[in-house]
Amino acid sequence: MKALSPRPGGPAVAEDPADAPTRLVPADRVELLRSMLLMRAIEARALALYKQGKVPGSFYDGFGQEAVSVGAAFAMGPRDRLCPLHRDLGAHLVRGVATERVLAQYMGRASGVTRGRDGNVHFGDPAVGVIGMVSMLPDMMCVATGMAMAFKLRGEPRVALTWCGDGATSRGDFHEAMNWAGVQRLPVVFVLENNQFAYSTPLAKQFAVDPVERARVYGFPGVTVDGNDVEAVFEAVHAARERAVAGDGPTLIEAVTMRMHGHAAHDDMRYVPPELLVEWAARDPIERQERRVAAAGVDVAALRAAVDEEVAAAAEAALAAPMPDPAEAASGVFATSEPQPLGDGRAPWSGFA
Amino acid sequence: MATMTYLEAISDALREALRTDERVFVMGEDVGAFGGAFKVTDGFVEEFGEARVIDTPLAESAIVGTAVGAAVVGMRPVCEMQFADFISCGFDQLVNVAGKTHYRFGLAVPIVVRLPSGGGFSGGPFHSQSPEAWFMHAPGIKVLAPSTPEDAKGLLTAAIRDPNPVVFMEHKHLYRRVKGEVPAGSYETPMTARIASEGTDLTVIAYGAMVHAALGATEHLDADVEVLDLRSLVPLDVDMILASVAKTSKVVIVDEANETCAAGAQVAALIAEHAFEQLDGPIRRIAAPDVPIPFSPPLEQAVLPSVERIRDACRDLLDY
Repeated sequence: MKALSPRPGGPAVAEDPADAPTRLVPADRVELLRSMLLMRAIEARALALYKQGKVPGSFYDGFGQEAVSVGAAFAMGPRDRLCPLHRDLGAHLVRGVATERVLAQYMGRASGVTRGRDGNVHFGDPAVGVIGMVSMLPDMMCVATGMAMAFKLRGEPRVALTWCGDGATSRGDFHEAMNWAGVQRLPVVFVLENNQFAYSTPLAKQFAVDPVERARVYGFPGVTVDGNDVEAVFEAVHAARERAVAGDGPTLIEAVTMRMHGHAAHDDMRYVPPELLVEWAARDPIERQERRVAAAGVDVAALRAAVDEEVAAAAEAALAAPMPDPAEAASGVFATSEPQPLGDGRAPWSGFA
Repeated sequence: MATMTYLEAISDALREALRTDERVFVMGEDVGAFGGAFKVTDGFVEEFGEARVIDTPLAESAIVGTAVGAAVVGMRPVCEMQFADFISCGFDQLVNVAGKTHYRFGLAVPIVVRLPSGGGFSGGPFHSQSPEAWFMHAPGIKVLAPSTPEDAKGLLTAAIRDPNPVVFMEHKHLYRRVKGEVPAGSYETPMTARIASEGTDLTVIAYGAMVHAALGATEHLDADVEVLDLRSLVPLDVDMILASVAKTSKVVIVDEANETCAAGAQVAALIAEHAFEQLDGPIRRIAAPDVPIPFSPPLEQAVLPSVERIRDACRDLLDY
């Protein structure tokens, strides 16, 4: 696996490195690109809607990080379970959440995934086996560890996958989850989405030792991967999933990437050196996958057009959807019936077919 | 019916749940080979194996967080905090993850967190707290606090079968001090209040260990006193509280917890708002002052509500 410097200011990638042998068939490579294009188009549209006052609160996106959530989710089977973060919209899309419901979610509409009860990417659709995140990071690492514990207890060949950011590595739940998963050798995959900044705090103020190195001391491997190469992320997470299913325990994967937008829509990123953005723009994960797919003869322009059309239609439908009924604001705090099991998600990788 | 201690009744409920529901497992610090700090799970690992009686790392946040994860994929975890005080380290997972999940996207989180709580034996500031009110203020979490062995077993069974996060306050000072008849087999106690002693002159409202203090304080009073055992703080049995006040017109509310914003404060507010016309005297509250629970016996006894303080409050109010 190719290691990248996790620190800002690393060398720009002028040319794409040669691809490693892959488990991906041509249709997989197109689907990876399509999912990333969809994520970016949805977030671009949502940002415009935010500026028009149609998205309440603030707006968080994963611009430039699309390969991390798409590549990782693509390696998961239908019965695996996921806890994505706020820059991981791609994971929801891979699992099968409809574009219209995502845009309605951002706008607080009744047809959004949380029906207006929570905003932006704070959602998870139980029907596709995804648990929504909370803002306290990385709480979901403990939750994913617990899901893996249940899988192991029941002897099921399934995996839990979650993501965390570079900032979240400083909180105790990072340690508690990693240690617990290591002690019990659980089938869980942690993806550390290293996007260089936690809000405005750079890596140098976050940790003295690269957190991928911590995996070893918890008793399992930590690997670093180019987080802007969707196929490399897929391969790393696929390998981690194989390990987990085989009973060999967890893996920490550091996906090195760059947050190309502010922490949220209000953030002018004055703390980011402009040359860093220029450098990372040359590594754009979508352009990179487009070059691969175009080289295989696929009409990338047509793919883009189809995605844009889908997002435009979904935005129209979401804008026409009703706001939630205020009379329902106090309902549903408690469950009143036997819990429904989580549904299985879409698992589009050809290897699962 | 067998006679059991409060602790034995809790063990019995857990054992029945493990025997009858394969989704149930217990986990916590030292709950396995050692049987738990208070021996609630003594012998469990021999009967149910290490896979279902899990000794965890010392990690309260992960205990609650992993329970949430296991619950959403179909398990019924029962976690033990070694002492209720340590839930402060797992507070975030309970309040932000467990408590809000069903409201946010309709996903139920059936977990039970057992909290050995309360003082009275020189546990000091970190082994004596009664933190139930923290969770009453956090939406989406049920809070139970039994006072008798029969209710401890029935409420724990109800908690394990409930589709929501449930905080189960089990009072350490009752563990071996209180005995009673406990039905065999599985049964659920409703999450409602209970009249521990019927009367018409005055109502004392309490829960947990304070029910026994209230019964002791009012036993020899020259009055017909009703003692209401809340049993459940969330949901709170407002109807039964108001019905008792309507009958007696005078009310003393007892908390072992620190006074400000305690469970009893909420009960007092409900009575003031909904039963003002029925009152024939001021609502009286007895609680621990707002100090950490001290270690040394004379200091601790000065802080925890005593039988004498409750009796004096009852006498004052009866004379009002």
